[in-house]
Amino acid sequence: MAPQGDVPLQGNVDVDAGTLERLYRGLRRIRRVEEEVARLYPSDKIKSPVHLSIGQEAIAVGVCDPLRADDVVAPTYRGHAAYLAKGGDLNGMMAELYGKVGGCARGKGGSMHLIGMERFILGASAVVGTTIPLALGFALALKREGKGRIAVAFFGDGATEEGVFYESLNFAALHRLPLLFVCENNFFAIHTPLEKRWATDRLCERVATYDIPTTKISDGDVIKIHAWTTESAAALRTGAGPRFLECHAWRWREHVGPGEDYDAGYRARADLAAWQQNDPVERIGGRIAAPVRAAVDAAIEREIADAVAFAEASPFPDAEELTAHVFAE
Amino acid sequence: MSSRSEAAAPLRAAAPERRLRYVEALNEAVAQEMARDPRVFIFGLDVDDHKGIQGSTVGLQQRFGRDRVFNTPLSEDAMTGVAIGAAMAGMRPIHVHIRMDFLMLCMNQLVNMAAKAHYMYGGAVKVPLVVRSMIGKSWGQGAQHSQGLHAMFMHVPGLKVVAPSNAHDAKGCLIAAIRDDNPVIFVEHRLLYGTEAAVPEVPYATPFGQARIMGRGDDITIVGISNMAVECLRARELLSAAGIAAEIIDPISLVPLDIETIAASARRTGRLLVVDNAWMTCGASAEIVARVLERLGTRALQSVGRMGFAPTTCPTTPALEREFYPNPATIAERAHLLVRPDAPAWRPAAEDAALAYQLQFRGPF
Ligand SMILES: Cc1ncc(C[n+]2csc(CCOP(=O)(O)OP(=O)(O)O)c2C)c(N)n1
Repeated sequence: MAPQGDVPLQGNVDVDAGTLERLYRGLRRIRRVEEEVARLYPSDKIKSPVHLSIGQEAIAVGVCDPLRADDVVAPTYRGHAAYLAKGGDLNGMMAELYGKVGGCARGKGGSMHLIGMERFILGASAVVGTTIPLALGFALALKREGKGRIAVAFFGDGATEEGVFYESLNFAALHRLPLLFVCENNFFAIHTPLEKRWATDRLCERVATYDIPTTKISDGDVIKIHAWTTESAAALRTGAGPRFLECHAWRWREHVGPGEDYDAGYRARADLAAWQQNDPVERIGGRIAAPVRAAVDAAIEREIADAVAFAEASPFPDAEELTAHVFAE
Repeated sequence: MSSRSEAAAPLRAAAPERRLRYVEALNEAVAQEMARDPRVFIFGLDVDDHKGIQGSTVGLQQRFGRDRVFNTPLSEDAMTGVAIGAAMAGMRPIHVHIRMDFLMLCMNQLVNMAAKAHYMYGGAVKVPLVVRSMIGKSWGQGAQHSQGLHAMFMHVPGLKVVAPSNAHDAKGCLIAAIRDDNPVIFVEHRLLYGTEAAVPEVPYATPFGQARIMGRGDDITIVGISNMAVECLRARELLSAAGIAAEIIDPISLVPLDIETIAASARRTGRLLVVDNAWMTCGASAEIVARVLERLGTRALQSVGRMGFAPTTCPTTPALEREFYPNPATIAERAHLLVRPDAPAWRPAAEDAALAYQLQFRGPF
């Protein structure tokens, strides 16, 4: 497939020092949490299939940083990054992975169903594409509310093949709903490459036919993603219709599970190396003064250790939890 | 019709016994049918990747080419329509889904078109379609990767529903499904994939509508559906320690359902327990019990029971998931209560219950 050029972003695409530090902290924190999940996984304490975000952190961080605390995000089952970037509680996430009652879904949902309604993080679904229209429903409610809040739907390249994606685009554009569509294009659905799934790779052009402004960022640059979101969110708050972002990214690990699977032969380790050279954690980290970076890193390690301790200490749910929450009381 | 249980006679020829795993049996069934009939093709998400649906489609593309074995976009609704259209056009598609939960995206096409087309168009078209899907369990599969939704399909006239519990029947049922001129919902279970059974090498069709008696007994009839057939065989071992002889029946196909075999057994034992790999409400267990009672009258049986998923969403945490499913110990305990309602409460010793999981049931079936 012929690669398409990026759609140029308007205006300044750098950030101030405070933002840079926040972005670094966000990127590094997700990376380290995911690495810790992968490290713990063989111990069998994590009772849940995990779809790690390692390599895709820049999208969640770049999109969530400019959002208001009361904006709504809808992550996917590959959602640890978006959950954390939007302020989801790390203790609650870790305990959820452990199947403990202190988890964000009381241990009932696991990694694929993280939720943080207090931070306006919608619950994730294990059925691809399912939450796109849910985010749209929130956007409908937010528009009606009239306080300038917006919603963000995250989804993978695979989700764009579902009819519900196009149905959602049409409805969002028709009603000028305040929704940012954010496609994390990592080129694979499980092990199947785009070439076997898409007739053309002109995703942005497809979306643009709904009169939705589209942008493509193919180098994983968190600062560009941040700039796009800042500008787009401002427009949506004052009544502009939905916008669409396609971000290229590389999933460093296997589709589900803690390891790598380059020996399976469906993608090349050389591609990983290219993305690793451009690793946003290191790129942004390199722009931060060493002592500041060391302090950020140390604080992240403490937070992760605390979260693991929290998950270990939290009890499993009692048997009566089995049938609690089938119906709302 | 009344002696249908005799269909349980081994289908295998005199050839030396060959064992296959469930996934290998599925693979062989498709390969043999594709070799026999050029109209057969198989498609669905991930059928051609290196994992090949846990091995059940591995090697098929190399052998039969990309036109007959292919991956699809994530577009279950449309792909189901494609399968139905191709079937009407004279092809014989097998549409594969890695989880039964994803069939919810196919419901409109399956229920409103596949099930009805032959009737609604006065017999002018046929839909010889096989829809394979797998029920997941454990390792945190949770709410949306664990559902046994076969009852939803049983409800709709025009769909056949089969749920083989062992490699022998997996091969035979898949061949029968491919040869059937109707849409067949083919229900697999992830935990059955590694189980072995004697599987004849020659192609053979396991007829739909013939239940299989997996173990004889006079004290109680226990019907086990899909993976629960295996759990019931384990429970049978546990019950034998308490001096109870349970007859275990695997219906194999749910639509059509061999109610004669089940009712005949229940009439003889006087007790019936149906254990489903699904919820009970409006489920296969409700259907089987109701039909047996309609047939035998309400006084024919001393006791009747059902077991299935707890009436809740499947939790990921093992602390709750354990309580969600019937298991050999809880099945044995329930059967004991149905057989000896006045005896002191009994449950198998914990070590025995754990050991039950090491039992392998290899047939020949
Ligand atoms: C509706 C549906 N079909 C199939 C699946 C099986 N499945 C799980 S993840 C996945 C790939 C999705 O790819 P993409 O949307 O690109 O997201 P990624 O996993 O790459 O983040 C598939 C096919 C599913 N979960 N839901």
